[in-house]
Amino acid sequence: MSTTTIEKAKYKILGTRPVRHDGVDKVTGRALYGADIQLAGMLVGKVLRSPHAHARIRSINTRRAEALEGVKAVVTGADLPEPGDQSANLGELGMVPLKHLSHNVLAVSKVLYHGHAVAAVAATSAQIAEEALKLIEVDYEVLPPVLDVLKSMKGEPALLHDDVFTDELGEKSSKPSNVASHQRFQLGDVAKGFASADHILEHEYRCATVHQGYIEPHAATAMWNADGFLTIWCTTQGAFTVRGAVHQILKMPVSKLKVIPTEIGGGFGGKIPVYGEPVAALLSLKAKRPVKVVMSRTEVFLGTGPTSGSYVKLKMGVTKDGRITAAEALLAYEAGAFPGSIVNCGGLCIFAPYHIDNVLIDMYDVVVNKPKTAAYRAPGAPNSELATECLIDEFCEKLRMDPLEFRLKNAAKEGDLQSHGIPHPKIGFIETVEAARQSEHYRSKLEGPNRGRGVASGYWLNAGLTSSAMARVNADGTVTLVEGSTDIGGSRTSIAMQLAEVLGITAEEVIPSVADTDSIGYTEVTGGSRVTFATGWAAYEAGQAIRRQMIDRVAEMWKVAAETVTLEDGIFSANGDRSKTITFKNLAETLAQKGIDIGARITVTPHAVGGAFATHIADVEVDPETGKVTVLRYTAVQDAGKAIHPSYVEGQMQGGVVQGIGWALNEEYVYNESGQMLNASFLDYRMPTSLDLPMIETIIVEVPNPGHPYGVRGVGEVPIVPPPAALSNAIYKAIGVRLRDLPMSPPKVVKALQIAKM
Amino acid sequence: MPGKVHVTTVINGEKREFLCQPLQTLLDVLRDELKLTGTKEGCSNGNCGACSVILDGLLVNSCLVLGAEVEGRRIETIEGVIGQDGLHPLQKAFLENAALQCGICTPGFIMAGKALLDQKPRATEAEIRHWCAGNLCRCTGYDKIVRAVLAAEKSI
Amino acid sequence: MPLVHIPALLLSLTGEVRQQRVSGTTVREVIEALDKIHPGIRDRLLQGEQLRSGLAVFVDGLVRREGLDFEVSDRSEIYFIPAVAGGCAYKVAQESSA
Repeated sequence: MSTTTIEKAKYKILGTRPVRHDGVDKVTGRALYGADIQLAGMLVGKVLRSPHAHARIRSINTRRAEALEGVKAVVTGADLPEPGDQSANLGELGMVPLKHLSHNVLAVSKVLYHGHAVAAVAATSAQIAEEALKLIEVDYEVLPPVLDVLKSMKGEPALLHDDVFTDELGEKSSKPSNVASHQRFQLGDVAKGFASADHILEHEYRCATVHQGYIEPHAATAMWNADGFLTIWCTTQGAFTVRGAVHQILKMPVSKLKVIPTEIGGGFGGKIPVYGEPVAALLSLKAKRPVKVVMSRTEVFLGTGPTSGSYVKLKMGVTKDGRITAAEALLAYEAGAFPGSIVNCGGLCIFAPYHIDNVLIDMYDVVVNKPKTAAYRAPGAPNSELATECLIDEFCEKLRMDPLEFRLKNAAKEGDLQSHGIPHPKIGFIETVEAARQSEHYRSKLEGPNRGRGVASGYWLNAGLTSSAMARVNADGTVTLVEGSTDIGGSRTSIAMQLAEVLGITAEEVIPSVADTDSIGYTEVTGGSRVTFATGWAAYEAGQAIRRQMIDRVAEMWKVAAETVTLEDGIFSANGDRSKTITFKNLAETLAQKGIDIGARITVTPHAVGGAFATHIADVEVDPETGKVTVLRYTAVQDAGKAIHPSYVEGQMQGGVVQGIGWALNEEYVYNESGQMLNASFLDYRMPTSLDLPMIETIIVEVPNPGHPYGVRGVGEVPIVPPPAALSNAIYKAIGVRLRDLPMSPPKVVKALQIAKM
Repeated sequence: MPGKVHVTTVINGEKREFLCQPLQTLLDVLRDELKLTGTKEGCSNGNCGACSVILDGLLVNSCLVLGAEVEGRRIETIEGVIGQDGLHPLQKAFLENAALQCGICTPGFIMAGKALLDQKPRATEAEIRHWCAGNLCRCTGYDKIVRAVLAAEKSI
Repeated sequence: MPLVHIPALLLSLTGEVRQQRVSGTTVREVIEALDKIHPGIRDRLLQGEQLRSGLAVFVDGLVRREGLDFEVSDRSEIYFIPAVAGGCAYKVAQESSA
């Protein structure tokens, strides 16, 4: 494992590897996660879920459940405020019907997926709550389940909603449809582009529904107070997002809602929507006692938000020297039960690494009778980039061209147009390809039967959005830093490091904590690879504000002009006067003694987001009898802009790679014909274990993002993008068959081999 | 509802008593009755290892053990790993090697690592991977966890 | 005059014209001016008086959350892009009147 930097090291703290501030709590079991919350008088909440994938609810009778001793509240969709035709404001994602949000939390009139929540109870023990669920009578009229995205586009076998129409930028279809929207990107003229190609290939690629697989199930505890204030503790990627959702779904004023995020045991996008929070709140309102709702693992699979299954058709044209002349794609993504897949992200990313003059992309958002999809690490991108990275491999074989050479030949650079017409800013794609080419892995020989090597690249756009931080200088020279980004992977330390760098103090001298919605300014979710970038920026600005305040104060003390005072390596000094220097620590102590408070409150919404590129190399061995694919060696190269804490950048790369490997080789929701999920447990939803993997080698390149003071690019998401294609390409080299349907599980490998032999 | 069972056991070297329902798992008892929430629940059917504890020297998933079964037996949980002298070498190694990201699987892995090193202080990478295959991690890809266990071996 | 890049789905309204220079000092003014040349385009880009939900305004390559009120210059290039927020594909606004 190595770290390659293009820039010379010029920072004291950035690039070092301090122990994370919350580490001791997490290795001793002291850290409090969602299910660890305990309150006096707390009741246990449990949820009743639909056994059917698609059904009308004729009636729900909760009388017998309510009568059971120990049951303190029962709620159904009828207890939610009527959403009517109101829109919920999803901020940047626009307005969606509030009823879609509300009805996903508790169904009204229809259930739309196996596991859809129908009712909930709060009782004095888990056993009583489970008993009560069995006493709730639901009369269903079962309807045909819609399970295939292409059939669904044709309305087969049924329509899910009579009020969903196909929207094309404001123009709606005349009849209801399972296609909720159609978007399009276009560059140049694909007809001309294909006409000038020497080789044209077209293939279809499918992805099954997969889950983020976080080990910690959702957990929410709500405590309603008689003064009308509601407090919610929950494991979430965004306390403010939870607050906003509960405010809109329950029609409660934001000022009466406080959301306290606990530590979070993984999210990957799946802990952005609300599930148990409004339910716990409703139960607590009715029972007038705190209620904790924790999902079982089965409920996590059935009742949360996996990512989109998808169909991608891709056609590309290439000249005989390996230049891409045209690319045309159709993306149809499953949104699940309600509209809103991330198909548009798929379209934004699909060709991002390449300079292509003629592009046409049609994107369709399609509902099916599966859980409402949520984001999953680079949402939409693995599905679409799988197609590009696999099809390129086929061209390389035709042209007898090295796949990394092909990528260099077609690489997008600063100024080249992306699919939506906006030029790329400064990017580091070429650098990742070069580093992959130079790597020891790529230059090593892979020998042996049924073994093969594949490469693939990837892109993720990353997000900016709003983050807040507050910092205060303590009398002992430490700085207390409060920020609003729930810490999924060591981010409080990377944020603290950026503040420390500004002030010239150590990372250990910054004391970071994550605060609730009453205690910190608005902070967008921990997601979109935005925390080190945006919350780090807020901390950086807080540091700058503190620096300026302390310079002003010491200039007063020294009776010099503030412009003559500098802060370097943690020491303030007045230019040219050796008698006037003081350390940060001593100045802090001095100011504290004078009763002078030094601090800053910052909110930022940085615009200049830097996208992330990656290039991966995978070596596999395939057992032709069983179809098992063993990953022998894996190297991930990625442009991090500036790696603030290299261990956690490496960790994001390795974690994303392994999720991508699971997605590629084993993971999928298995459904029966009735649309019921058959494998809702970790036994049969097969995620990688330590035994399935080698060490994951990482190579970090740094092409700084000119838009960020330290050059940071988000790193968390792009690593999941290349693995499926890298593995598909490696499998082809190993056994001579191309697999285009994920997962490339053992039965499918064996079947593909059998077909190839015929 | 059947009556509760009275159980006496030793947890992290201390004698403890509790009442539990016959069907309550050891995991439920640890977390809900004894308020030892360091042991985590990930799946409740023995597939993720987040609930790993050491029972009479044996690594077990506490979600697959009944509370009533531990009468007279010795249990070690994550809360007992830190010693009089401070963090256990495994805990230090996890911190220094950044072997945790969200941290939810960490207690389970530390118990698994401890159980391994108590038996086999010089386990190889392959042995560590095999031993820990019952502990799922979704954040790290296992690389830094394995390295942490190897590093801990050097200081035990 | 600022340059507007026409979204692909609206090319039928502009006779396949992909870029159009129009006058305006804010994005809103630009859209109104655009509608005079290509009637009907205003009601696709706007929903009532607001930017259509699901769209984001990019000016010179950067997303501009001021949206319709963002001030543009003669050399500005304006795009209307599907609003996505990275791994925040579900973002709920903070306050509404409740």
